Amino acid sequence: MPDPRLSLRGVTKSFGDVQVLRGIDMDIAPGEMVCLIGASGSGKSTLLRCMNGLEPVDDGAVRLDDVDIAEPGFDLGPIRRRIGIVFQSFNLFPHMTAYDNVALAPRRVLGEDARERIEALFARFGLADHMRKYPDQLSGGQQQRVAVIRALAMRPQTMLLDEITSALDPELVGEVLDVLRRLRDDGMTMVLATHEMAFAREVADRVVFMDQGVVAEEGVPERIFSAPERERTRRFLASVLR
Amino acid sequence: MKNVLTAALLSFAATGAMAAGHCAAGKTLTDGTLTIATGNPAYYPWVLNDAPEAGEGFEAAVAYALAEEMGFAADAVTWVRTSFDEAIQPGAKNFDLNMQQYSITPERDKVVDFSAPYYTAPQAVMTTQPVVDGGAAPTLESLKGLKWGVVASTTALPVVMDRIQPDQSPLVYDDNANITAAMQAGQIDAALFDLPTALFTAAVLMENGVVLGQFDPDAAENPDQFGMLMPEGSALKTCVDEALAAMTDSGKLAEIEAQWLQEATGVPLIK
Amino acid sequence: MIAGVSTCVALALVVVLVPLAPGWDAVRASFFDGEVFVRVFPDLLRAFTLDVAIFAWSVPMIFALGLAIALARGNTNPALFPLRIFGAVYVDLFRGIPVVLLVYLVGFGIPGLGLPRPWNSPYIWGTVALVLTYSAYVAEVLRSGIESIHASQRNAAICLGLSERDTMRYVILPQAIRRVVPANMNMLVALQKDVALLSFIGPVEILRQAGIFKSLLANFTPYVAAAVIFLCITVPATRYADYLMNRDRDARS
Repeated sequence: MPDPRLSLRGVTKSFGDVQVLRGIDMDIAPGEMVCLIGASGSGKSTLLRCMNGLEPVDDGAVRLDDVDIAEPGFDLGPIRRRIGIVFQSFNLFPHMTAYDNVALAPRRVLGEDARERIEALFARFGLADHMRKYPDQLSGGQQQRVAVIRALAMRPQTMLLDEITSALDPELVGEVLDVLRRLRDDGMTMVLATHEMAFAREVADRVVFMDQGVVAEEGVPERIFSAPERERTRRFLASVLR
Repeated sequence: MKNVLTAALLSFAATGAMAAGHCAAGKTLTDGTLTIATGNPAYYPWVLNDAPEAGEGFEAAVAYALAEEMGFAADAVTWVRTSFDEAIQPGAKNFDLNMQQYSITPERDKVVDFSAPYYTAPQAVMTTQPVVDGGAAPTLESLKGLKWGVVASTTALPVVMDRIQPDQSPLVYDDNANITAAMQAGQIDAALFDLPTALFTAAVLMENGVVLGQFDPDAAENPDQFGMLMPEGSALKTCVDEALAAMTDSGKLAEIEAQWLQEATGVPLIK
Repeated sequence: MIAGVSTCVALALVVVLVPLAPGWDAVRASFFDGEVFVRVFPDLLRAFTLDVAIFAWSVPMIFALGLAIALARGNTNPALFPLRIFGAVYVDLFRGIPVVLLVYLVGFGIPGLGLPRPWNSPYIWGTVALVLTYSAYVAEVLRSGIESIHASQRNAAICLGLSERDTMRYVILPQAIRRVVPANMNMLVALQKDVALLSFIGPVEILRQAGIFKSLLANFTPYVAAAVIFLCITVPATRYADYLMNRDRDARS
């Protein structure tokens, strides 16, 4: 295995009395696509938020290209440009057009106009006609694709995707998953928390099953889905694949 | 014979008093009592110590002299307090007479009744020592260049606008306290008051107040005359006017004025 | 339809019954004298331009200062904690003091310290008093607007690498300000009326001009005329604020 892009060691995180992450070790290689699966509350989202410093960890190390970004006082600004994140609820800026949503960060952070690049992204993901629309004029699937474009416009090396299809109507899920397939084909490093088991099985290089704040089992999708070793993995898969 | 004469004179005097008392009989708010309103508070030199019942101060003294002339004993005089607005608003009044330096104007006369004037007030210019040191003089020419302040509810504003015609428009205030504050803040140079008020304000309220000069009241087209304010259509008006005429003829009014507004003389005339 | 009829009936009752009251003639002469109305109206309108001017130059200062105070109060940087305290004290202080008192205190007090002309002008310091009071109110309105923007908006901006400053400027504030437009409109209507308080320290604006006429003419009609002028401004403004508020509510439901 080459040097990992992201490397977590002994990461713990509590909210009040609730310990959400209880010592996570994980390595993510460049270009790898990792799917986090597990019940709601198993810590998937929190883990993603710890990976880009949005949530400070209580203990442990989060190394990005061998730099520990979990050190207190570490300047996360430059790191965040290298890690894009997309949320379940899109979180587009409602007062800006789709284009301005995407163009804001490149202009303010990178100091570049990036017009052609951004227009190319819109075109590539089938939204060329929607650049001038406001978020409330777009469908959920379109909004989520804009959110992905917004993250991509910063040219990240890694994308964190937090259940980005969970808030969508079923008929809109496909168009968003298509976007992810294409990113995978581009060789983007991705960590994806998802409930879409079939999708995970199809595209993931590795599936990580989380349960009660720990990594309960991990492996290639074929093995996890057809021959899980742990009883609780079997029980979880049985409940979602029924 | 002498006794008879004395008795006759006494009875005549008594009859006279009775007659005056009779004039007001049944026309006051409370029979046998004369209810007079003053300001709240009432100011020197019009009323001393805000205590009109002591009869000290020009208006308090005039009030008691008038009451006596009309046949009311001193203890038959009751005092109440009103604001300017209360006095002119429509509806029933709680006084027979209201004395607080009301200038008689034709417009006011439409909504209330005024007695004959009991005082003709010269308008006087109050300023501060620094303004005088800066060259202000009691001439219209000099006054034009000053920044003026006046109290809104007085007739001073038209006087300033018509006679002085200042270069800058005047500032207008609610009362004398605000005028003195503005003058002390250097926001205005001069204010126009009736002379007694100017003297009092300059001497007592201001740190470095000066009464620069007074306008000749007789030279004015409409001299500022104070009248007692009565409800519109008051039956008492003729009695009050008769009594005031008697007080003027007998020199009583001039005597009271000399006693309480003495210092008002000796301020230079504005040319 | 029913509303229209009942309104007409109510209006008719007022129009018919009020003049039957025994004091009506006196009240009409004092408050609704047409001759007086016509005579004073042009001067009142001229005085009203002063209200409008004071209003116009106060508003930008109120919003600039209000925004600064809101940001000072809302900042979470431990190093800037004193600024946070300052913001809180400022808001408590100037919302707590009656505007009238502040107008006197600032309008007479500060020039009384010995400022030379024209720096002791009641126009300047009266405006300062209004700005102090109203910026405190506006700061609270803006802060509530800022706090009403969901944390996910901030997170999204921060995760894109935007600085705290840019996040506030480009993401949070535009949404927050839009959300509190109706509240601020009501504030402006209140300000328009409070401008008249400057008359206490000298400037002859419309209410003072009406008061002068009242004294000269011993008649309250000038106040009625002033009220008419005020209503011409405040009623449309209030309606507009209501309209914005309703639109905002509809948009969110």
